[in-house]
Amino acid sequence: MLKGYVPPYNATVVQKLLDQGALLMGKTNLDEFAMGSGSTDGVFGPVKNPWSYSKQYREKRKQNPHSESGDSDWLITGGSSGGSAAAVSAFTCYAALGSDTGGSTRNPAAHCGLVGFKPSYGLVSRHGLIPLVNSMDVPGILTRYVDDAAIVLGVLAGHDPKDSTTVPINKPLVLSSLEDVSKLCIGIPKEYLVPELSSEIQCLWSRAADLFESEGAKVIEVSLPHTSYSIVCYHVLCTSEVASNMARFDGLQYGHRCDIDVSTEAMYAATRREGFNDVVRGRILSGNFFLLKENYENYFVKAQKVRRLIANDFVNAFNSGVDVLLTPTTLSEAVPYLEFIKEDNRTRSAQDDIFTQAVNMAGLPAVNIPIALSNQGLPIGLQFIGRAFCDQQLLTVAKWFEKQVQFPVIQLQELVDNCSAILENEKLASVSLKQ
Amino acid sequence: MAAPMLRWGCRGRRWALACVDGGSCHRRGAPTGSTSNRIRGQSSVAQQPLHTAQKPRKGEHKWAAVVGLEIHAQISSNSKLFSGSQVRFSAPPNSLVSFFDASLPGTLPVLNRRCVEAAVMTGLALNCHINKKSLFDRKHYFYADLPAGYQITQHRLPIAVNGSLTYGISAGKECGQVIPKMVRVKQIQLEQDSGKSLHDDLRSQTLIDLNRAGVGLLEVVLEPDLSCGEEAATAVRELQLILQALGTSQANMAEGQLRVDANISVHHPGEPLGVRTEVKNLNSIRFLAKAIDYEIQRQISELENGGEILNETRSFHEKLGCTVSMRDKEAKQDYRFMPEPNLPPLLLYDATSLPTGADPQQVINIDQIRETLPELPSVTRERLVQQYGMLPEHSFTLLNEVGLLEFFQNVMKETRAEPKKVTSWVLNIFLGYLKQENLAVSESPVTPSALAELLDLLDSRTISSSAAKQVFEELWKREGKTPGQIVSEKQLELMQDRGALEQFCYSVMKDHPQVVMDVKKGNPRAINKLIGLVRKATLNRADPAVIKEILEKQLSS
Repeated sequence: MLKGYVPPYNATVVQKLLDQGALLMGKTNLDEFAMGSGSTDGVFGPVKNPWSYSKQYREKRKQNPHSESGDSDWLITGGSSGGSAAAVSAFTCYAALGSDTGGSTRNPAAHCGLVGFKPSYGLVSRHGLIPLVNSMDVPGILTRYVDDAAIVLGVLAGHDPKDSTTVPINKPLVLSSLEDVSKLCIGIPKEYLVPELSSEIQCLWSRAADLFESEGAKVIEVSLPHTSYSIVCYHVLCTSEVASNMARFDGLQYGHRCDIDVSTEAMYAATRREGFNDVVRGRILSGNFFLLKENYENYFVKAQKVRRLIANDFVNAFNSGVDVLLTPTTLSEAVPYLEFIKEDNRTRSAQDDIFTQAVNMAGLPAVNIPIALSNQGLPIGLQFIGRAFCDQQLLTVAKWFEKQVQFPVIQLQELVDNCSAILENEKLASVSLKQ
Repeated sequence: MAAPMLRWGCRGRRWALACVDGGSCHRRGAPTGSTSNRIRGQSSVAQQPLHTAQKPRKGEHKWAAVVGLEIHAQISSNSKLFSGSQVRFSAPPNSLVSFFDASLPGTLPVLNRRCVEAAVMTGLALNCHINKKSLFDRKHYFYADLPAGYQITQHRLPIAVNGSLTYGISAGKECGQVIPKMVRVKQIQLEQDSGKSLHDDLRSQTLIDLNRAGVGLLEVVLEPDLSCGEEAATAVRELQLILQALGTSQANMAEGQLRVDANISVHHPGEPLGVRTEVKNLNSIRFLAKAIDYEIQRQISELENGGEILNETRSFHEKLGCTVSMRDKEAKQDYRFMPEPNLPPLLLYDATSLPTGADPQQVINIDQIRETLPELPSVTRERLVQQYGMLPEHSFTLLNEVGLLEFFQNVMKETRAEPKKVTSWVLNIFLGYLKQENLAVSESPVTPSALAELLDLLDSRTISSSAAKQVFEELWKREGKTPGQIVSEKQLELMQDRGALEQFCYSVMKDHPQVVMDVKKGNPRAINKLIGLVRKATLNRADPAVIKEILEKQLSS
C-alpha cells in the first residue's frame, strides 16, 4: 500500500535522535503494518534471525542427527519489529526503533537476545508512528544492553505538542546503579503459568525468582484474574482500531493506486485489495464488524470494559506492595520459519502475544531482558513490568538483573568467515518468499 | 402553488398555521360546491345520508409540518481545527493542506484553542449548558473529499447542549409588533469540514481540493420546533447575526461558511410524526424557505394522493424550485462511530473549578468567556428601541440588512435630525433605493455623511420634504455633488421670505376665486388645491405647511 511512498517529514522520535547526532543506518523490515508475531508477512519477505547463524546455535545443531543440512531451517526473529531486532542483534547498529502494540518489540527482543523496551504509554511521542492501535501503540527501543536503552529513552521521552496523548516529565531520565535489592518486591502473576509455556522457560523463570530472593528481595505470588480474557479483548479492540486507521489508505493522496478508474468506489476497493495483504484485510473486516451499530455495545464497549478490568488488575497488584512484575516474554525460543508458517498469522499472534499484550492494554512500561541460552543455543528472555511512568525504576531493576545473569554475546564470526554459506542462503530465501 | 416569500408583514395572521392551512385550503376548493355535486352524482347509486357525505372527518385535512435543522457554521479562525494549516477562502487548490489534512500516516490531531473558545461563546450566546467534559469521536465513511476515511466529530458528548434560539416573526407592518418565537437548540458540536469535490463529467473524473478539509465547524442542531419555511429562514438569519456579532463565524452562506440541512415531515396534529426527508444543498436563506415550503407541500400532496414518503435525502433544485431525490442507495449508512483515541477528553473549567496556579494558556475558563461576550443582536435591537424610540420591527430590519446598522449609526453621529426621522429615511427611502437596484449597503452611492448633511438641511427647514427627496435622487446618480451643492444648483431652498410668500398666496387667491369660494363653502379638499397652486407658483420652494397657514389666515381675514 505504501509502495514508493517517501514520507515528507520525520517522526518525532527520529528527529530527536537525529538532533542528538545519531546516524540513520537504514530502515528495517517488519510484518506488514506491524501485524504479526514473526516478521514473516512483509512485502520484502521474512526476516531471518541472526542467531540461526550463530556459533552457539550451529554447534548444538551439529549434535542433533536429525537436523537438515543447509539453510532451510533458519529461525524467525519474532515480530513484528523483527528487522530492527535482527539489525541490533547482528551488530549492524547501536540501537533500533520498533513499535510495540501487543509485544512487537519485546517478542523479537526475546528471540534475538536483546533488551526490548516498551515505554509507558504517553511517555514517548507517537507522531510519525504509523498507527496500528492508537490507544496501545508506543515506539519501542531495541538495544544490546540496558544502559543503551536508557540513553535512547532519555533522548526520546517527554511531551510532544504534536501528540496530544503525551505527558510532560518533570525530571530527566538518569539510570543509577542498584546495589541492594532487599527493599524490592517482585511479583509473579500466577495466571501466567500456562501449560503451553516451554519447560525450559518455566525453569529459567523460576530461577530468576530465586535469584531475587537469594539477594534479599521479596518475591510474592500475585493474581491478575482477568488475564484469560485479554487475548479476546485485545483482538476486538485491535481490529476495531485497525479498521479505522486503515480507512485512510485509499491510494488517493499517496501510495499505491490501482489502474481502475470506473468509479471512485471501484478504485478504492481495488486499491485496497491490492495494497493490503490477507492479514490486514482480515483485521479490517473484523474490526468493521465490531464497530457496526448493532454490535458496538456488545463487542467494542464490552471489550473496553474488560480492558479496564485488566488494567485494574495491574493497579491492584502494584498497590499490594509490588514494585515490578516478573513474567516470561515468550512461550518458547525462536522456531524455524518453516514450522512457524504452518499456522496462520492470526493464530500465531494470539498464541505469541499472551504474555505481552496485557501490558499494552494497561499502558505500562515493560522490558525484555535476555537471561540465558536454551538447550538449542538460542536466546531466552524474561519480561519485567513496571508501574505507569516508573520507567526509570523499571530499567534500574532490569540493569541489576542483566548484570547478574551475564547473558552471552552472539558469536557470528563463523558467518563472516563462511561467505559461500551466505550465497546459498540467499538462493533459498528467494524460494521461500511468499507470492 | 407558490411558496410564501420571506417578507415581513403577513397581514396580521399567525404565519405558522397560515402557510400550511393556506395550501390545503386551495387544494380543497369550495367545499359546498363540490360536495353537492358529489351527492347529486351519487344519489342514483346509493342512498347516502347527506350529512355524512358532506362533512369531512374531524382533523383529516389539517396538516402540520415539522422542521428540524442541522446548521454547519465554519469557525472563523486562523488555522484549522486539528492542524496548523491556514483557513482562507478562495486560495489556489490544495495550497492550504498540512500533512495531517492529507491524512499522511503517522500524523496526529492537535486541538485548536480558538475553535473551542468559539464553540463555548456560541453555546453561551444560545443559552446552552456547556459540558465541562466533552469527547471526540470518529465517524467513518468513504468519500474522496474525506482523506482519512473518517471525520472527527463529537457524537457521544458534545461541547454544548440544551439551549434556545429566540427569533421574531413580524405581526404586520402597521403595528410594528414582532412576535417572539423560540426554537430549542439540541446541541452544538465541534467537527471537521470535508474537502471539496468537483465532478468533471466530461472527462469522467473528480477533482479534489483539500483546502477546506479539516476546517473547524460548529454544528448547531435545532430541535424540530419549526413549522414552515419562514420560521426556519428567520431562525437561521438570527443565528447568522449572532455568529457574526460574536465573531465566531462569518456565516456567509454564499461563501459556504454557513450550510443548512433541513429535516422535514408532515403529520396530522395529534397523530404520530410522519416519515421525514432530509433536504441538503441549501445555500441561501431564500432557497432555504422555498425548499422547505416546497417539500412540505410535496409531502402533503403525496400523502393526500395515497402515496407514501420515503426516508431519503433530497436536494433543492434552484432553477426548478423543487426538491429532487439524491443518492437513495446510501440511505442507511452505518458510520461505525468510535472514540477518537488520539484526543483525550476536552476539559473546560469555570471560576469555581479552575485549578490553582493553572497556566491560563493551557486552560479555558467558561466564566471568563461569558464575561467578555460581545453584545448580542437581541440586546442591540432592544437598545435601539430604547435609545431611538423606534419600532421593534425597525430594529429587526436595521440588523437584518448587512451594514445597515453601521450606516444608520454613522448618519446619527453626524446629523442633528431626530432619530425617528433618520430611521424613517434610512429604512424607507435609502433601503428602498438599494433594493430597487439590488445593491448592498457597501455599494451605496450615498454616504452616511451625505445623508446626514441632507437631513440637516431638512431639519433646519432649509428645504422641504419633497425637495429633500429630489436631492436624494440626485445624490444617487453618483455625480459627486454634495447635498448643499445640489440644493443651490436646483434652487430648492425653501423661501424664507414670509412676505414674498404672502404675496404669492394673495395673488393665487385672486386668480382663482372659484376655488376660494369652495374653501369658504367648506370643501376640505379645496384648500389643497390652493396650496398646490401656490407651490407651483413658488416653484416648489415653499413649505406646504407654511403655505397652508398663510392661506388660512388670509382666508379668515
